[in-house]
Amino acid sequence: MPRQCEICNNARAILRRPKTGQRICNECFFYVFETEIHNTIVDNKLFKPGDRVGIGASGGKDSTVLAYVMKTLNNRYNYGLDLYLLSVDEGISGYRDDSLETVKRNKEQYGLPLLIVSYEQLYGWSMDSIVEAVGRKNNCTFCGVFRRQALDRGALMLDLDHIVTGHNADDVAETILMNLFRGDLPRLGRCTEIVTAGDGYIGRSKPFKYAYEKEIVMYAYLKHLDYFSTECTYSPNAYRGYAREFLKDLEFVRPSAILDIIHSGEAMQVASDVQLPTLAHCERCGYISSNALCKACILLEGLERGVPKLGIAKSARHAQELLANESAMKSAGKAVEPVHFELLRGKAQAMREQRQMKEQQQECHDCTATSCAFACDDDATGLCSSSKETRRCACADSNAETNAAAS
Amino acid sequence: MSEAEEITVNVEFSGGMERLMKDQASSIQAKLPEPATIRDLIIHVRDNVVEDKKELFSKNDTVCPGILVIINGSDWEVEDSEDTVLSNKDTVLFISTLHGG
Repeated sequence: MPRQCEICNNARAILRRPKTGQRICNECFFYVFETEIHNTIVDNKLFKPGDRVGIGASGGKDSTVLAYVMKTLNNRYNYGLDLYLLSVDEGISGYRDDSLETVKRNKEQYGLPLLIVSYEQLYGWSMDSIVEAVGRKNNCTFCGVFRRQALDRGALMLDLDHIVTGHNADDVAETILMNLFRGDLPRLGRCTEIVTAGDGYIGRSKPFKYAYEKEIVMYAYLKHLDYFSTECTYSPNAYRGYAREFLKDLEFVRPSAILDIIHSGEAMQVASDVQLPTLAHCERCGYISSNALCKACILLEGLERGVPKLGIAKSARHAQELLANESAMKSAGKAVEPVHFELLRGKAQAMREQRQMKEQQQECHDCTATSCAFACDDDATGLCSSSKETRRCACADSNAETNAAAS
Repeated sequence: MSEAEEITVNVEFSGGMERLMKDQASSIQAKLPEPATIRDLIIHVRDNVVEDKKELFSKNDTVCPGILVIINGSDWEVEDSEDTVLSNKDTVLFISTLHGG
């Protein structure tokens, strides 16, 4: 005997919500899932009309569903957002190249512009070449540090106001547990925030912060969304793996555990005597950093000098020793000087000004000119001055012809 | 065993689940003696279809937490999870919810 939906009492239930235990139907599920994301967006004032918002897109389930839902909600509730897909190509063959194919299909399916930035292009080193140099042990550190910065760089290239990522409730709960288990208090404080500052200019947020992974996967399944599912070919993050398994076991016994952990994390306050690092800017590339050089620049320096452990070294002294021992020989010379963030910001600012100027101008009725000449259209004919001139000449010509015919 | 006592179930794997299976099969047919529950099917798949790393598919005679089970298009938790009784020609889909992207 099929069970009825507990919301509409009308259709067959197809899903049991982990959040509430309710058994609900297809249509009610789509409605509540989308509405909850909408509420998260509105309650946290994530965007304002006219914002240019990049969706961090990997081709995986979370970002694919995020792109679809953002597009749906933007249309339904008139957020007035310009949406973009922003992908990072770490250069991992057999993994990211395939997942980016999915993103390229999403671009067509959702009609959203796509920008792909690659490690190779930004830093001169792909993950494949980094793994060749550092082995499989610490490569996730490189990948994580470079990805964070790559998204900010891509955002500036598109002059975005905001980046959204597909991190879901399970991810957030997992991260809270990991930071708790590691005693990483600065991160524990930050990881529960729905909006983080990014490089200090572009905000990042997680509209799926309260969305269960199970519901995201069910949504993708029921909507037949095209997503990519392969684990990264390089060594997975073992510590996160344990936290994840532990969390999934908890969820099995008590489905609300995930939201409960998030609520606990949000309520925790880092004691005031815990010293949090003060943030400044990297001397070399201008990225936000608590040290003179940001982590990405140190990692790149290590790669270049053939001491890849440089950025992973525990202490500054250890780093000095590493550099002294290896006599700081320059290696492959792969690294490209990362573009300074001030330059990127300057370019973004220039793009913005150009757009604003364009918005103030209208197109001439006759030609496609949008020059400021049109701003002097005091007789409101909707013509630029050169088109006016052309019309006047044409008019004079035809007058001349008429006169000639008459005489 | 006569035909009347056996049911055939279509089993599908997606979301990365298929990579754990022999020949990376994304679908198979399972024959189970009647009456059969989802638990019987999970044990059958674990013992006969999963190539190795059986612990990534199943523990304690059920699927690992985080694997979604969809019976004829609906979540098994709507029914009776492991104890849901299967009928001939049912389709059961296992979706892995892999981390990351």
